[in-house]
Amino acid sequence: MAVTDTAQTARAAGAPELLEPSPGQLLRRRIFGHAGLLIGAVVLVTIFLMAILAPWLAPHDPYDQVLERKLIPPVWFDDPKATWDHILGTDALGRDYLSRLLYGARISLLIGFAAMLISGVIGTTIGVLAGYFGGRVDMVANFIITTRLSMPVVLVAIAVVSLVGSSLTVVIWVLGLLIWDRFAVVMRSATMQVRDLDFVASAQALGCSTPRILLTEIMPNIVNNLIVVATVEMAHAIILEAALSFLGMGVQPPEPSWGLMISEAKGLMFFEGWLIFIPGIALFMLVLAINLLGDGVRDVTAPEGRN
Amino acid sequence: MFAYILKRLGVAVLVALTVSLITFSMIYLSGDPAVALAGENATQEDIERIRDFYGYDRPIIVQYFDWLFRALQGDFGQSHYLKKPVADVIFDRLPTTMLLGLFALIFALTLSIPLGVLAAIRPNSLIDRVALTIAVIGQAMPSFWFALTLMLWLGVYWQVLPITGSSSWLNFVMPAIALGYYITPAVMRLTRAGMLEVLSTDFIRTARAKGLRPPTVLVKHALRNAIIPVVSLAAVQFGFMLGGSIVIETIFAINGLGFLAWESILRADLPMMQAIVLVLSVFYITLTFIADMLNAWLDPRIRVT
Repeated sequence: MAVTDTAQTARAAGAPELLEPSPGQLLRRRIFGHAGLLIGAVVLVTIFLMAILAPWLAPHDPYDQVLERKLIPPVWFDDPKATWDHILGTDALGRDYLSRLLYGARISLLIGFAAMLISGVIGTTIGVLAGYFGGRVDMVANFIITTRLSMPVVLVAIAVVSLVGSSLTVVIWVLGLLIWDRFAVVMRSATMQVRDLDFVASAQALGCSTPRILLTEIMPNIVNNLIVVATVEMAHAIILEAALSFLGMGVQPPEPSWGLMISEAKGLMFFEGWLIFIPGIALFMLVLAINLLGDGVRDVTAPEGRN
Repeated sequence: MFAYILKRLGVAVLVALTVSLITFSMIYLSGDPAVALAGENATQEDIERIRDFYGYDRPIIVQYFDWLFRALQGDFGQSHYLKKPVADVIFDRLPTTMLLGLFALIFALTLSIPLGVLAAIRPNSLIDRVALTIAVIGQAMPSFWFALTLMLWLGVYWQVLPITGSSSWLNFVMPAIALGYYITPAVMRLTRAGMLEVLSTDFIRTARAKGLRPPTVLVKHALRNAIIPVVSLAAVQFGFMLGGSIVIETIFAINGLGFLAWESILRADLPMMQAIVLVLSVFYITLTFIADMLNAWLDPRIRVT
């Protein structure tokens, strides 16, 4: 009897290691089992690297106009002008399309990230305060959110940019100040879900200061939701920047913004369709990658969240 | 119910007032509106005359209330560029945008609701995956690029639809698709989630156990319950679409409010810009108010709390 007992205890002690994987292992398993998350991450990292390494990767100067080499089609076109020197061809001013595309990735990522940061700070502050305090604070926050939602984003953004004068900084700030609503709404309800839990009550009982409770008790528990909203809003900001630039109220020529490239190619698109397809597909891939990453993070951190 | 309506109405009015204040202060973003209006080669005298004519020399608060009370009476001032009353021009263009929005909404709902229902009947099946893929792709496609692509394929390569203008209903097909597809993912996801929830409830099991035909259970019992949040989402999204129509209308040269907004922005026609932003915002506020009322009427739990 004694012998079996020892054996069972020994097995029980060793069992968790053998049978049950650690939470970290489980998480890794979920991450590597999620195709969307992996594809999104790989595409996003690739675009990010291309943006950073643009000066080394770009075969030509993106601003260099060579008028005798204008409108060369991409290399896969059956056209005598197509050349490996300009893999994606050249635009109406003879600028290398691949180089402009690579530099354009910088603008999209920069504006998307910066606008997301600004809106994230504003929205999270409003949402967490509203969710934690409730009552009057919540009422005021709700009012601000409703007011913001009532104003048409694209229209207000274009109007403000046209009045202030457009530059990269202005576009970033205008977008950042306009798209914080989803952050506020999601952070508010996420905070409400954790604020009444026991560990928050114990922190309050211990006499922790409110900022400390918000930062060390609430925030770590809603950070997953924050990441998901952050990806959605970054994608949103990138699409809005492209739309603004397309309408002529965003990034100004000769900068190689993807939206601007589509806008510049608009007049020629009936003859040279690839001029709008190439930057459009780049834009689509970037936004898709960010969205897949966000959906993946949501699925991996909360597997029940998909429904 | 009455107390709820009153409270909700109060909030709506307060939001509208705040929006009007923001809209009004917009013209001061460029600094002095009189200088902006006068243009580059204006003399000091011209600027003074403009300032005097439009009343920009009065205290801002007086200007705001003057503008607000006139706006409440339907007077948004004169367009700087068209030299016509702003309100007349807006009401001239509004029906076109409404029509476009309505077509877009119809397109979005006829695509997303059946797809959402089918996806919910068989979760994780092929059709669910297809629906999910459509949603993911739809969310990632910039509407202006989608519009240009439609134009190129349907208008130029296949030549089945006219490219620009707003003379016949055929002109509205492509813009409506371009505008409507953008809200499709949200509506589809909500329909799917709502249907999944309802389909797992007891009364659906009872209905099935009674031997009702599956389509009857699906439409009369399940969809009717799942559609409530979809209706209010659709109302809200309709408001978003009117705001987003600026991009689509500009591309297809549809003579609606969005195109007017874009023209006015290019012409620095401040009173017109203010009025369009205000009209669209108030329209959105009204829509959300109606959606909330509808929800409260259908779901008593909302109006009690």
